[in-house]
Amino acid sequence: MTSPETSTRELTYLGAFNEGLRQVMQEDPDVFVAGEDIGAAGGVFGAYAGIAAEFGERRAVDTPISEQAIVGLGIGAAVVGLRPVVDLMFMDFVLVAMDQIANQAAKLKYMFGGAAQVPLTIVTTGGAGLSAAAQHSQSLEAVLAHIPGLKVIMPATPYDMKGLTVSCLRDNNPTILVIHKRMFGYKGEVPEEIYEVPLGAARVARPGTDITIVSYSRMTDESLKAAELLSNDGVDCEVIDLRTVSPFDIQTVVQSVMKTSRAVVVHEAVRFSGLGAEITAQIQELAFDYLDAPVGRVGAPYSPVPFSPILESHYVPDAEQIISAVRKTIES
Amino acid sequence: MLANKLLQEIHRRMVRIRLFEEAAGRLFEGSKMPGFIHLYVGQEAVAAGVCLALGPSDQISSTHRGHGHLVARGGDLRRMMAELMGKATGYCNGKGGSMHICDFDLNMLGANGIVGGGIPIAVGAGFANAYRSDGRVSVVFFGDGATNIGAFHEAANMAAALRLPVVFVCENNEYAEYTRREQTMAITDVVERAAAYGMPGSIVDGMDAVAIYEAATEALERARRGEGPTFLECKTYRYYNHHGVQTLGAKYRSDEEVESARQRDPIDRHENLLIDGGVMTAEALQAVREQIQEEVDDAVQFGENSPMPDTSTLLDDVYSLPKGEIL
Repeated sequence: MTSPETSTRELTYLGAFNEGLRQVMQEDPDVFVAGEDIGAAGGVFGAYAGIAAEFGERRAVDTPISEQAIVGLGIGAAVVGLRPVVDLMFMDFVLVAMDQIANQAAKLKYMFGGAAQVPLTIVTTGGAGLSAAAQHSQSLEAVLAHIPGLKVIMPATPYDMKGLTVSCLRDNNPTILVIHKRMFGYKGEVPEEIYEVPLGAARVARPGTDITIVSYSRMTDESLKAAELLSNDGVDCEVIDLRTVSPFDIQTVVQSVMKTSRAVVVHEAVRFSGLGAEITAQIQELAFDYLDAPVGRVGAPYSPVPFSPILESHYVPDAEQIISAVRKTIES
Repeated sequence: MLANKLLQEIHRRMVRIRLFEEAAGRLFEGSKMPGFIHLYVGQEAVAAGVCLALGPSDQISSTHRGHGHLVARGGDLRRMMAELMGKATGYCNGKGGSMHICDFDLNMLGANGIVGGGIPIAVGAGFANAYRSDGRVSVVFFGDGATNIGAFHEAANMAAALRLPVVFVCENNEYAEYTRREQTMAITDVVERAAAYGMPGSIVDGMDAVAIYEAATEALERARRGEGPTFLECKTYRYYNHHGVQTLGAKYRSDEEVESARQRDPIDRHENLLIDGGVMTAEALQAVREQIQEEVDDAVQFGENSPMPDTSTLLDDVYSLPKGEIL
């Protein structure tokens, strides 16, 4: 982690990804990137800006629009010893490549009795908020977390983005790094040196005593806003940012709930059958006797993501919805 | 004409596949083998011809009908048979079975239970070869049926567009499971599909191991010269059903058709070649069969005597973990 003499400076969330990737590519010649528009164009969102210029076309490969073949390219290169990073542009496109992700990447090591490993990182952008409509806005982490063999990483800050990127690229398993597309320009202090943030370790984003809000990705920020507003009314929220939803750090969550006795789980994904259901169930299994109220859940309604900005902003959970869920939990 | 030694080795490998598969079929029939079994019998010339053309560091990727490819690559019959029986001593420690058999030491990157699912992965291995400029070639086996799935088309286009050292070996056995090829594609020759991706291709008699060896050698050389992928359509035939050990009496094809394919049997054909060319006598061929039958019997014995996996291994290898760490 960061040593005191390390110099930090402000970087954007997307810039932090770029820097983490670049630094790993500098230290490891087996790391390359492949995907649509990631070479000369630097990625449709600029995530790969300067990568092709620094490392050449050999290590920044523009591919056809072929999501199955892109992921397959990464798997095949990984099983013979390289450390590929493949880009799927939008999380919705994960579904296009699902056989390669779920039936191949996730399972090869197990099916082969450990004879192969798949050190592959799949980078994609998730989340709503850009009026990108139903096929370019989804939060599909519950689908991915349900598949043993995958790791699902959802950073909420520039600092974590860089450290988690480095950890994904150094991990020997298939990892899926989800960049939230409404956070590209979020700024924060990021160390210049290369560092890891461990996969599977949640962080306490805001300490508090009255209630635990469990979240990840952009909803961490929304939860912190809600916590600030609630503090004016004397409600002291502890906000936990999971950072990775698989592996899932239940210990940090349970420790917090044992202290606060109340919890609300917040995610942008559809509430029904979302990760909130799993997290809530585990809290109740492990800390039932500590709970003073049922665990609350905040998530999107059971519908595709709408296009029109007014509908979309109504669809995506926000601080206001989190506040009312917290109040309901406190009052029950 | 190929060297006598090579012709003899082609024969050995085909016989090893045939006898392994027939033993596996008997075990399956006798309920000693759990799950599914997709036998390779009839198609031996393809695996033997291609695998003998490979260099030791070239990779192969296989299918649900994959035993023949690993046998032809020099796989350990004992570990194969044990895996088919779900035993701890098998190639995958009993985690994979027939459809997921692999041997990374032999650069056999695995069979695959998803039709066409291994093709993009094989192209990825080809990408790694090009990335390292190490002269290796990735060879992928698949059936005619797999060329109807999107993964094939994406991977074929990708390999051609990036000029990767890959050889696509289509084993056209005329059936996608239990459905005739005419029902599933409007073309007669699958190789036509290669042209759409700018990939050279040729049709090879899939019952002629020598012709396959020669075509594969040429395709491998082309890949090693950096000229990109080649497509070989090997016209072959599957004696047994898609799944299981039934040959005759099926509803989806006639017995006459099966018998007529057997008249073109790749092993008989090759044995005639060896005898006619004075390479081996009928007695010598018989001796080879007997010796291989002993190896197969030993493998069966090994599998039967092997322990089942310990249930404590259930969660091993879900993830790659740092040394000493558990899930």
